[in-house]
Amino acid sequence: MIEDRTLVSRIIDVFIWIILGLLALSCILPFFHVVAVSLSGRAAVSAKLVGMLPVNMNFDNYAYILGNSQFLGSFSISVARVLVGVVITLLLVAITAYPLSLDRIRMPGRLAFKIFMLVMLLFSGGLIPTFLAYRSLGLLNNFLVLILPMALNVFYTIIMINFFRGIPYELAEAAWLDGASHMNVLFRVYLPISLPALATIALFTAVSHWNSWFDGIVYISNIEQWPLQSFLYSLVSTRRIEWQSASGSLDFQNATPEGLSSALIVVAAVPILMIYPLLQRYFVTGLTLGSVKQ
Amino acid sequence: MIEDTSISAQRQLESKISPIVSRQKQTFREIWKQHWMLYVMLIPALVLLILFQLYPLWGISIAFVKYNPFRGLAGSEFVGLKNFIDVFTQPQTFEIVRNTLYIAIGKIIVGQFIAVIFALLVHEVRFRPYQRVVQTLTTLPHFLSWIIVGAVLVTILSGAGPINSFLQALGLPEIGFLRDKGTFPWTLILSDVWKGFGFGAIIYLAALTQINPELYEAAAVDGAGRWARLRNITLPGIAGIIVLMACLSLGNVLNAGFEQVLVLYNPVVYATGDIIDTYVYRVGLVGSNYEIATVVGLFRGVVGFILILLSYWLADRYANYRIF
Repeated sequence: MIEDRTLVSRIIDVFIWIILGLLALSCILPFFHVVAVSLSGRAAVSAKLVGMLPVNMNFDNYAYILGNSQFLGSFSISVARVLVGVVITLLLVAITAYPLSLDRIRMPGRLAFKIFMLVMLLFSGGLIPTFLAYRSLGLLNNFLVLILPMALNVFYTIIMINFFRGIPYELAEAAWLDGASHMNVLFRVYLPISLPALATIALFTAVSHWNSWFDGIVYISNIEQWPLQSFLYSLVSTRRIEWQSASGSLDFQNATPEGLSSALIVVAAVPILMIYPLLQRYFVTGLTLGSVKQ
Repeated sequence: MIEDTSISAQRQLESKISPIVSRQKQTFREIWKQHWMLYVMLIPALVLLILFQLYPLWGISIAFVKYNPFRGLAGSEFVGLKNFIDVFTQPQTFEIVRNTLYIAIGKIIVGQFIAVIFALLVHEVRFRPYQRVVQTLTTLPHFLSWIIVGAVLVTILSGAGPINSFLQALGLPEIGFLRDKGTFPWTLILSDVWKGFGFGAIIYLAALTQINPELYEAAAVDGAGRWARLRNITLPGIAGIIVLMACLSLGNVLNAGFEQVLVLYNPVVYATGDIIDTYVYRVGLVGSNYEIATVVGLFRGVVGFILILLSYWLADRYANYRIF
């Protein structure tokens, strides 16, 4: 890169640094505030004295949440949903993308299937018809309603088709010569060299499962079966869930409703923060995967 | 003799592995015999699509009946287009369509603009570690759910929150980010832009790193200043992506951000903050007025579908973009 040594250019540089720094801070400071509230003492939270740093730091809010059966239940539902959801999506995307990517093999109906898939992705009947259909399929109040409708991701399938197309056809051909079936070729030849694509899809699927909450509140009426983010919604929007005895309890004298909500927000965000470095490594791949075409 | 068997073996293999050789001659039966597994592999996807995407479309017929919850769809009275007339004559429909368009288009324009500007600014920074820190922090909100971000926003934007306390300390009037009818759509637009600009800029930054550095060097040798290089090298370098994103954004014109609005809105700001999706949810599922919600949802689905197809067509035409 060229170094501009003129004064004007340097002033511009300083300005750019400051603007970018402010933007970056704006993205992180609101979360600091929430963390600070979750760690602050009762008196400071009630008087709204907490800024970016905790006042009278304590862990009562977290201690209360981690001992709360409702929280533990919805947390484990979220974890289960992520694990099952990711495995199912990866399998489905792989076995669906494989036949659709083998352009050299004539396969009547392939184009029709692709168009059907795309139209189904883009056109939906709306919330009410979907709700009634799921009800008649017996999916209401069923864990599977959190998994199955999201299981086949058409966008990831398209990305995978394009990735498979980038794999040299000769590799598959050599395997067929050795007597390998299509399933063998997919699982022993294609998937091992598609790990970056699979990792990207797995990460993005995990994030979207972890972050989903609307399906929980719509299709599941029993609060005990809600994933964590749906539980969080009920807390944020209506404050319907009472934190029973949180205030009166001697064990957690510093727990406050605001503090508990904040602690819950932090706990819900932590898994995302934990995989964030990985996400960062892969999201550019994720965006450019689709452009690998023959 | 040896030759014979090898030739026939080769033929067998050929028919198995490289069907292009005999592409024209193959009948469906032959293809099926060799490649039935390919069809079997599509079955799970087909079943899921039929159950969760196609089967629900049957429920659209609720739009044409007076729904009887006790008798179900089959036992409901057919009323023709009455529900449609009801929907399109009530003033509220006009209101939610207007709100949806206002918020969605605001998000598209401001969001694209900020993302491009941000990418250009990051590109101007020559110190890599700083680039990386800025990108890491600004991309993060994209990966957090609207519940988390919404909860944080409610905390900091409320009347007693840090921002209004700050304004108060300066002697400025309080801003009703979540309560004021005029301000609320902009709270939605700006908070959405804030959550997404870092991630939105990635695609532009990816394009910017593709620009050949020699161009900049050559331009500098020729005496091109910073501004001239930006205008003549950098901007043309990402013009294609900008056009592509502009074309594709047409598909989002009816998408004002359901989850965001649902988390942030309240009855006080329904007049300017209620969008099609939240209306369908509230009237249909919360209020159990299935017919009206289905009509509105169908309208949203059909127009949205046409817009997306149009956006793909434009992207194909003006930016050489194809999904398959």
